Order: sequence, then structure tokens, then C-alpha cells
Amino acid sequence: MIPPLSRPKRKNPLLRTRLPLLPPGARSRAALGLTAAAALGRFELQVCGHCGTVQYPPREACHRCLSDKLRWREQSGLGELLSTTAVHLSQDLFFRERVPWSLGLVRLDAGPTVVAHLHGGCAPAPCRVRIGARLDKSGQGVLLAFPPDEVLNMADDRQLREMTCDPKFRKVLVTDGKTAVGQAVVRAVIAAGADLVWVGHAEPWKRLPGFAELASLPQVAPLALDLTDSGSVKQMAGEMGGKVDILINTAEVHRAHGIASRSGVDAARAEMDTNYFGLLRLAQEFGPAMRARGADGESSATAWVNVLSIYALSNFPPHGTFSASKAAALSLSQCLRAEMRSGGVRVINVFPGPIDEEWNQMLPPPKLTPEALANAVVKALQEGIEDVYPGDVAQEWLARWQESPKTLEREVSA
Amino acid sequence: MGASGNSRDYLDVVLAAPVTVPYVRYSTRSAHWFVAQALSRLLKQSGLKKSEVDGLSLGSFTLAPDTAIGVTQHLGITVRWLDHVPLGGASGIVALRRALRAVQAGDAEVVACIGADTNHVDSFRQALGSFSVFARDAVFPYGSGGPNASFAFLTSYYMRMYGATREDFGKLCVAQRDNALGYEHALFKKKLTLEDYLGARLIADPIRLFDCVMPCAGAEAFLVMTRQRAQALGLPYVTVRSTSERHNAFPDDPIQTRGGWVLDREHLYGAAGVEPTDIGFVETYDDYPVMSIIQIEDLGFCGKGEGPEFIRRHSFTTEGSFPINTSGGQLSVGQAGCAAGFLGLVEAIRQLTDRNLARAVPGARFGLAVGFGMITYDRGLSSGAAILGRADA
Repeated sequence: MIPPLSRPKRKNPLLRTRLPLLPPGARSRAALGLTAAAALGRFELQVCGHCGTVQYPPREACHRCLSDKLRWREQSGLGELLSTTAVHLSQDLFFRERVPWSLGLVRLDAGPTVVAHLHGGCAPAPCRVRIGARLDKSGQGVLLAFPPDEVLNMADDRQLREMTCDPKFRKVLVTDGKTAVGQAVVRAVIAAGADLVWVGHAEPWKRLPGFAELASLPQVAPLALDLTDSGSVKQMAGEMGGKVDILINTAEVHRAHGIASRSGVDAARAEMDTNYFGLLRLAQEFGPAMRARGADGESSATAWVNVLSIYALSNFPPHGTFSASKAAALSLSQCLRAEMRSGGVRVINVFPGPIDEEWNQMLPPPKLTPEALANAVVKALQEGIEDVYPGDVAQEWLARWQESPKTLEREVSA
Repeated sequence: MGASGNSRDYLDVVLAAPVTVPYVRYSTRSAHWFVAQALSRLLKQSGLKKSEVDGLSLGSFTLAPDTAIGVTQHLGITVRWLDHVPLGGASGIVALRRALRAVQAGDAEVVACIGADTNHVDSFRQALGSFSVFARDAVFPYGSGGPNASFAFLTSYYMRMYGATREDFGKLCVAQRDNALGYEHALFKKKLTLEDYLGARLIADPIRLFDCVMPCAGAEAFLVMTRQRAQALGLPYVTVRSTSERHNAFPDDPIQTRGGWVLDREHLYGAAGVEPTDIGFVETYDDYPVMSIIQIEDLGFCGKGEGPEFIRRHSFTTEGSFPINTSGGQLSVGQAGCAAGFLGLVEAIRQLTDRNLARAVPGARFGLAVGFGMITYDRGLSSGAAILGRADA
């Protein structure tokens, strides 16, 4: 039985803000396979390509047949909870602030015995549980033992919440609320329980469809924010940068051009100014404040979401300059992720395929609806996923890119 | 995994000169200092010159970046046989086995077996995260409770499966503390009551404070030489009736409820020519009381799962029935790193040569010392045992 999360009390301004700490993050190279899968929301273990043995902890060879043909494969995670404990004395500063901390020893049906964080909804041992993988605050993959079926207030478990970025009772900044995607994201985080959503709009005098209606929602606070204006970003960060728990960067300029179809660099510069430099301005002004608030009570700063594009992986020539700006943003986002890690703030990259909006008018379906994209963002926050590829087109591009980046390049440029 | 083969006996080699470098909770000295103190005491007790010790076996976790070779130059000893055994609670038994064969084969005449570790204020915390690759990847990120959390799983499971109670474990700890009250080097010198044990601070459920050893600094050591040499030196000595060693036994057990002793006990008693009932006292490897029970079962004193009932039948004190850990064990003496793997051996040598520092077990002719250690992931990998006898037994 998990008690429902209650709205956190207002912060006492007299108390010092607790500095963020991380759980132990050192891993061997072999063990990073768990992290790579968990970043996509998957639980994978090493499976021997020769004899089929499933093994954990990760190794450099199969412990049965010594083959080095080890492949990471998705697991059901079902198993038996053998034993439990609650750590009351920890040698690590992160856990020291969070004891008692519950752990379980689980025998997976697939074979190995695993040590896992224990969800409060699990019955006393022995019982059936389901192991899942999550990223912890250090950004590394860890195992959690969940009850096999959904229980009431599942997401509100205290330990689980240390590994997810659930919008419930949190304060969110959506950087551009004028686009269909931005508006869908605002509605989705409100539906997920966000307390307050600041919604940026670059040029307040332009009355774009849907914005007035959105601004009338009780949780919404409109905010004049222009990512192409360093002064605007700096001013807003100064006013409310220390309150943002989740930042979702939806601002985007998208023109459908390659190189030869247009002369001059004005359109490309506008794309870069918002898609790349806009992210850089945001990161410089909002990043340090959020990183410092990584352990600020129950509703600490927890996540930074960048809406990128699947074209960031490989250039889509009909939208060539847009692809280039998103590739630049992806690279910068990896830098941001490394810098935000010390605060335990997760950087989530979203790689949608073509969205069903005006700049993709000439592209054939399937196209991703703004609502589907928004739901994928919320799901990533709730489940602590780091890289999100929503929709069929994105999934297909990802699969082709993972198989052979060169083949994909030739296919899309044909 | 086969049972142990017919290994050769140890009739012509003996153990002598049991020494202890008194334990301290924390030390500003390095492990090298404790090794030097141990060697110096070995020489003093045996009357040997440094140049007459031609073999060195060292068990230590805290020498880094040195290993045993660095120690030879550090202490100015020239040896023709050298071994480094950083196997924690199994180091003593493993070092003993190798040294016995070296002396038997003539590769060395006198081997100093030393277990020594220092303990700085922050060294235990630092050691946890770097103990093993599996610990770093798959244990330390989960609450960082160290061995307490790992043994909490095993203790909780054992209690559920075999009906052991907190009172059962408490009885062992209280008896060992009683034994420790007669041993000058024990760090815990205050009487422990069952109420103290049951009401102690919670560490990792169901483990409480007095289920845990106290990490400390110190050293234990003894000499291995031929019987002839010991007699010529006029040194009291013990014989080694048999030994066993096993690593990573039963890897398919979902959780540890037994150790490698199960595979080796038939050989252990067979080669020694003794029965469990001939054993006068047992020095278990008591890093947690549940391990003492598992060793009592696996070494044939009762069946698997009969441990709780066995505890209720015996008193475990030095003068009582089934004496264990006659100097107090690690739970009362302290755990000085790898020296903990030598503690039981050194105490057994004292008991069987009437050089007691703790109270004597009346009429004991044989003693059993157990080694166990290296919980690199979810279970202790190394187990060993040695049956020692009086010189005339």
C-alpha cells in the first residue's frame, strides 16, 4: 500500500537549500549496457549468443560456456522475491540522507539472482515480482523490483520517485506555447498533475490560435520569453529560474529547404538562432539554477526536455537546414546532459518523426499528432526515460540508423 | 565440482609461535607497520633470526600500492618463497595450506604466515565501493549498505526457511562476548546481555548492531616449519590433521544457505582420522552469526536447517558445551581486515599448545578453524577449514 503523494509544503525560505548528491555512479564498461537500455525504458540483460544463458551482473564472457558473444536482450523481469532488507546505516552520503532504503534479492525466472531497489507495493518475501530497469540520479541504469501488477499510487513510491521525473505537484516551464506541440505539451503536463505551468510566448502582441484559451487554464501562467533574445532569456531566468522543476523546450523554427532550393542564409540562421542558440541561451541561464536545486525537497528540479527531431540522427535533405540545426542541438544537449548530471537533473531528448503541422504539409503520413508527442514527453518524465523516439517513423529511422548509419544516409538521399 | 581428492597428509610439518598485534579501532599507521610488528613478535617468540625465515605469506587488503614483494624490501627480508593471499576471511586457511606444502616440498624451511591490515578513519567507506567489479556495478549503487545489507538478505532468508529467531543469533553473540571477557586483546570488554543484543540499533533489517563486526586495525601470525625444526627450537607446536579450500561452490543456488564445506567435509574428517564428536572447539568465521550456524551445519555438527535447534541445546562458552570462538571471535575481538581470517587459527594454536591468552577449553585435543570470505556480489565465495591437533594427539 503506497500512500498517495501529498502536495509538498511551501519551502521555508530561512532554511538552506540542500545540495544535490548522487548515488554511486562508477560502472565497468560491460555494465553500461544496462544503462543504455534503461535510457530507452527497457530492461535488458546479457544473453549468450552461443548457449543462450542469461547472466547478471554483466561480464566479459559467458559464465557457462566462456563465449564472448554476449548480446543485450530485453527481459520480462518476472521472478521470485527471495529476501528483503531495509538499509538503516549507509556509508554513502546520498543514501545516508534517504534511509531507510528498501532492497530485495530476486531470483529471475530467466536464471540470475539480482539485487534491486524494492518498490513499496511489493508483498513480503516470498512473492512474485517484476524487475524493471530505471536510470537513477547518477544517470546509471539500476534495477527495481515492482509488484507484478499495478497497485494504487504506484508512481508515488518514495524510492521510485528518486528515479523518475513525474510532473505531479511540480512546476513546469514550456518555452513556447504558441505552437500546436507546445499547447499539447502544456495540456498533457497539467493532466499529469503539474502544479503550475509557465508558458512562454515570444511576441505577446501576436494573437495565435488557441493561446488565449490555454492561458485561461488555472494552472497556466503566460510568460514573455524569446529564445532569440539573450536579454529576454536572462531576465526570465532571473525572475523564475530558481523555481522551475521541469523545463520543456518546445521552441522551434522549421523551414522546408535544402541548400540549392534557397539562396542566402537567413532562413537557416533563423533555424539555428532558435533551435541551437536558443537552447544554448536557455542552458546558460536556467541550467545552473536547476542543477543547484536537484535535491530541493520533494519537488526538486528534476528534468530538462528537448524536443529535437529524428532528422538530428541523419540529415533529411528536403528539410536539410532544419536537420542540421537539430543535429547541432542534439550535440549541445549531450553537453548539457553531462553538465546537469552533477545535480541529478535528467536531460531528456525527444526525437519525433514528422509532426502533423503546417511545415510538414508536403510530407505523406504517417505523421505524429502533437497530442501523441505530448503524451510521449509525459510518459518519459513519469518513467524516467532519457531518449524518446515517439511514433512509427521515428522508430523505423532509429532501427535503420542503429543497423547502419551509412545505409540510412544513402536511402534517405535517394 | 568433485569431492576433494586424496591429498597427502601433513605429518612432518607443524604450526608454532601464535602472535597477535593488539587491535585498535583506528590507526594512523600503515599496514606495513602491522606486518613489521607481527614479524618481530614471531622472531621474538621463536628465537629465530630474521635471516632464518625464508618464506613469507601475507594476507592484507590495505598494503596498496604494495603487495607482499614490496614488504620484503620494506622490512629487509630475503626469502626464497613468497605468497600474497588477499582473500579476506579465507586468507588464513589458504595461506596455511600453501605454506604447509612449501615446507613439505623443501621450497622453504620456515614460512611466516601473517594477516595484517590497518584501518584509517575513512578506509572502510573507501574500501566498499572498490571491493570488486560486481560490487561496484551491482551492489554498491543499491543503498551502499556494504556487507551488512548482503548478509541481511541471507539472515532474513535463513530465519524464514529454518525457523531461526533473533534470540538464537543472540545466544551465540552473548556466549562469544562471555568468552571475550577472558581475552586481553578483545576490543569489546563489556558484558553483553540478550536484551542489549535484541534492542540494539537497527543497521539493515534484521541485522542490528551486535550482529556486525567492528572494522579495526591489527595483525595475527604464526610460523610453519618442520616438526624436527620446531622440536630443535624447543617450540610448542600443533599438528595439522587436514585442511580444505573451495571457491565459488554451488553457483546455481539462488541464495546462499551453504558453503563449499559441504563438498569437502567428508575428506576433511576422513583425512584427519577424526569425527565431528572428537573436535574440542570450533573457531567459526563469525562475520555475522548466521554464518556461524551455516558452518556448524555444513561441517557436520548437525543437519541443514537444524542449526536453530542445535543452538538451543548448547551453551557455546569456553567451559560449556560446544565451545566456539574461544577468544570471542571477530564479533567481540574486532575484524582487522585479512587478520580476521587468521584469528581462529592463531587462537586454536594457543588452545592446543596451552599458551592461552583466553580461557582454556578443558581437555581439547583437536580444534577446528574455519575460513570464509569474499562476498564479491551476493554470497561469500571462499570457504576453507583446518583441523588442528595437539602435538601428542
